[in-house]
Amino acid sequence: MYQPGTDRLFEVEPLSSYLLNELRDIQMSEGYISDEKISSLAHKYDISKVEVEGVVTFYHFLHRKPTGRHVVYLNNSLTSVIKGYERVKESFERETGALMGSVDRTGTFGLFSTPCIGLSDQEPAALIDFYPFINLNAIKVKDIINSIKQGASPADICDYPADNIRYTPISGSVFFSDFKEGLSLENAFRLSPEEIIEELKKSQLAGRGGAFFPTWMKWDATRKQESRLKFIICNADEGEPGTFKDRVLINSQAAMLIEGMIIGGNTAGASYGIIYLRGEYLWLEEKLNTKIQEYYQKGLLGKNIGGKAGFDFDLRIQMGAGAYVCGEETALLESMEGKRGEPRTKWYLPVEKGYLQMPTIINNVETFCAVARIFEQGLESYCEKGIPGSPGTKIISVSGDCSLPGIYEIEWGMTVAELLELCEANNPYFIQVSGPSGECISMKEKYRRISMLDLLARKDIRCGGALTVYNSDRDLIMILSKYAEFFKHESCGICTPCRAGNYLIERKLDKLKNGLASGEDLEDIKSWANIMKASSRCGLGKTAPNSMIMAMEKFADYFYKRLYPTDNQHEGIVAFDMEAAIADYEKYKN
Amino acid sequence: MAKMVNIEIDGLPIQAEEGRNLIQVAKENGFFIPSLCYYENMDPPLGTCRTCTCRINGKPGPACTEKVREGMQVEVNKADLVDMRKSIIEMMFSEGNHFCPSCEKSGNCDLQHIAYELEISHTRFPHLFKDRLIDYNSKRMVMEHNRCIKCRRCVEEVLTDDGKRVFMYMNRGNETFVGIDYEQEAKLSEEQAINAMNICPTGTIIVKGKSFSKPFGQRAFDLSSSQKNYGKKPVKLSRGAVMEKKIVATASLAGCFGCHMSLLDVDTDLLDLIELVEFNKSPLTDIKKFAHRCHIGIIEGGCCNDENIEVLREFREKCDILVSLGECSIWGGLPAMRNTVPLGECLEEAYLNSFSNDAAKSTIPYHEDIPKLLNRVYACSEIVKIDYFIPGCPPSAGHIWKAIKNLLWHEEYSILYSEFKYD
Ligand SMILES: Cc1cc2nc3c(=O)[nH]c(=O)nc-3n(C[C@H](O)[C@H](O)[C@H](O)COP(=O)(O)O)c2cc1C
Ligand code: SF4
Ligand code: SF4
Ligand code: SF4
Ligand code: FES
Repeated sequence: MYQPGTDRLFEVEPLSSYLLNELRDIQMSEGYISDEKISSLAHKYDISKVEVEGVVTFYHFLHRKPTGRHVVYLNNSLTSVIKGYERVKESFERETGALMGSVDRTGTFGLFSTPCIGLSDQEPAALIDFYPFINLNAIKVKDIINSIKQGASPADICDYPADNIRYTPISGSVFFSDFKEGLSLENAFRLSPEEIIEELKKSQLAGRGGAFFPTWMKWDATRKQESRLKFIICNADEGEPGTFKDRVLINSQAAMLIEGMIIGGNTAGASYGIIYLRGEYLWLEEKLNTKIQEYYQKGLLGKNIGGKAGFDFDLRIQMGAGAYVCGEETALLESMEGKRGEPRTKWYLPVEKGYLQMPTIINNVETFCAVARIFEQGLESYCEKGIPGSPGTKIISVSGDCSLPGIYEIEWGMTVAELLELCEANNPYFIQVSGPSGECISMKEKYRRISMLDLLARKDIRCGGALTVYNSDRDLIMILSKYAEFFKHESCGICTPCRAGNYLIERKLDKLKNGLASGEDLEDIKSWANIMKASSRCGLGKTAPNSMIMAMEKFADYFYKRLYPTDNQHEGIVAFDMEAAIADYEKYKN
Repeated sequence: MAKMVNIEIDGLPIQAEEGRNLIQVAKENGFFIPSLCYYENMDPPLGTCRTCTCRINGKPGPACTEKVREGMQVEVNKADLVDMRKSIIEMMFSEGNHFCPSCEKSGNCDLQHIAYELEISHTRFPHLFKDRLIDYNSKRMVMEHNRCIKCRRCVEEVLTDDGKRVFMYMNRGNETFVGIDYEQEAKLSEEQAINAMNICPTGTIIVKGKSFSKPFGQRAFDLSSSQKNYGKKPVKLSRGAVMEKKIVATASLAGCFGCHMSLLDVDTDLLDLIELVEFNKSPLTDIKKFAHRCHIGIIEGGCCNDENIEVLREFREKCDILVSLGECSIWGGLPAMRNTVPLGECLEEAYLNSFSNDAAKSTIPYHEDIPKLLNRVYACSEIVKIDYFIPGCPPSAGHIWKAIKNLLWHEEYSILYSEFKYD
């Protein structure tokens, strides 16, 4: 059990859980993980060097080569591209003297690109030494880099990203109205665990991390496990491109999150809670931690919480280190154990054997916040909102081609058209719901409702938390290629269909981009996508090709227009770009 | 004893102990489910390769990560599932760089064996030709990363006496590979090292001097299939057609002529065949131009230059049926070893920088009259539509002629397990 020198792990956690923290510390202080550090960590943790290195190379914020005194991570997501990524990148390259993906000659700046950093409403955005800089343009970049060169610290000159809460329901906001700290705990502590489960069941609250699994079932299953040790884990890894609702919740309603987790602990009989916060949100850590310490001081965390004898609950933050797949709940568990973030098989469920093989509840930030509100204000006021069968509200992060990107808390049942109007979408054409792993819709479907009733006859749209608008000037094939590239890169690489499938599909899309694809290629994409969906190990591979399949159905004309023209086709001859194929050799013509 | 439960596999009622691994139960009851990462008594099972994908209670998923439960309904041999499992193995071939004829593990390789079992003649996916460095640095072992399927066996199972891992994944996504810890590897006994090589279902982990231990014909997977009815599936029935004389054309593109040699390797049967087929354009007859349309065109080798492409396109136009014969034709084969390296580097290494060259006098040949090299070697199917594929390097003569006779005269045939070989 780990004690020495740090209070950052719970006494029940083994040293191994500390590895990721230690690697992050070294990365932050030394700029990279050197061979010597790998050796000394291997020695300290009593594992082989290759094992340490395996962990280091999994996370994109950990480097094996020096990254310079200041590290810039420029977001390269689609929204950033739309808002001017290329020019901002050039500007960074010019001002820092570092090419993208490298360090300048003086070792001052390292410049890297990274997928969505949760600031889609204020793109282009970058993290410099993990401090946020938003709404970038060439001039702003120049000023920032000059100030840093003159000795300013990014901590002092960084931006404070606005919450941009654009809309809350007229009937009252579940998530953003004032939260009376402590009240939800008071109310919940008056109930037995069974009664709490019953309330949750009535609320029909379902997981807000995207899978919509009924929260009460998860809690009840964990409650019923006989175990001395159980854990409540908050998934604040928010990596789905275009999603930033958890960022805003943590920034504005940390108390709700904390209380939701305490109620979880009380219900399931768990005494430890951990918030897994994505590495990109390091700038939120201090504020969140301050709130946690406040709760300790108020006696609402620690021993005998709120005067409830025998109920102890400790809470800490675990920082991630850059890996989208760690948002997958079992990958998140692995990551917390100081390992590579590879999703587990379904042989055991987290509620049976989760963190450290102990029963574990994992919920999204929004889920815990909703729980806290339900117990603060009562079930009735929650259930009044929304529509029958899908009560309550949902937070949606809106970005892309619209005038008012930001946070929209809608009542379930609002139509896509209403939301598009609220955010002042400009000439919307292709709308991505729930990020790249979600589904895409065309304007023909704009009157579909957003609700949890999607599985019923009525084909509503379930939204995990993001709505990204693309207008008709956007190149659909480019959008899909960008998604495929994202998944290829973020796949954990452990199962065949996802590791190879995303790569193969990206190649097919290249063919389509180059105008060399035939109708058969489209059929191939569809069939390969279905193989990935059916046989991948975790949600990443299973959902990666979703949008592609849907786009090919919903925007069929668009795809046909991009095919190799049929009047140029000879029977049995495949389209081939001979000039490109011999270009390398032609260089030797003298 | 644990509780017995009733399950159904492809409609067959089966009793099994509750909680046992489904793949094991299926295998014990005579179902052939291919598997690569699975082996008995792993808890939890690895579940990485996905080769064992079946449909369980209506949902697709790997059999090896399922516990047997009361009322479980399992589908194994539905056409779509058979095809899906095949596709996953094909993915492994297109993702790695598998040159079986030059692989130490050939004949003893689980991946190759499963591919024979599933009768994979070609991959539906393009080969990705990702460049990977082979790691020769450790004292005793070579890590041939081109062949790794990331099954995780070595990561979990190869430990030193003091419990430290020798292998671990590095990177993620399509950059994932298995790293080896030189220090820990040195601590393994020779037996443990050889065990590591054997545990690997592919030819990735090679112990220097200990591979190639068995001659052809005696290797683990040379002779018999794991399926009782291998190759017995009826292929197109004979229509009792008269054996009309057919016209055949052949070409050797970027190949070694080995497939052509194999074509002639039918001993005295050749005399009968000569009665039945007339060779038109072919290196065997030295006829350079198509005199007439042919019933079948047989292509050895892939396309490495613009002339290959021209020839291939002409074959497509002049032949009713076009067959890719051998690995080079099917996906590039041995000549495609250059595909992971940019053309410029290949040429400079061969013509300018190599030891035997006189740097001052060397040039890279370029002339109007010599065919232009392509940036990589292409599979014939990337250039024209190919109707059939006959795998092998080279395919055995028996296999070739059985397939061709079937195509030309619809003769019934079955390929023996021992004839279906890639090396
Ligand atoms: C690739 C992948 C990424 C995910 N990322 C997140 C995430 O960032 N945040 C999150 O809450 N859930 C994420 N999930 C869903 C989680 O696996 C899990 O369902 C969720 O945390 C459960 O909490 P909930 O029931 O409150 O939604 C992700 C799933 C997958 C497959
Ligand atoms: S689906 Fe992708 S991310 Fe998930 S386990 Fe497989 S390789 Fe890893
Ligand atoms: S023998 Fe096996 S490992 Fe070797 S190249 Fe062939 S398939 Fe790959
Ligand atoms: S080296 Fe061999 S055993 Fe290890 S993961 Fe690769 S294929 Fe599997
Ligand atoms: S054998 Fe089942 S996933 Fe590998």
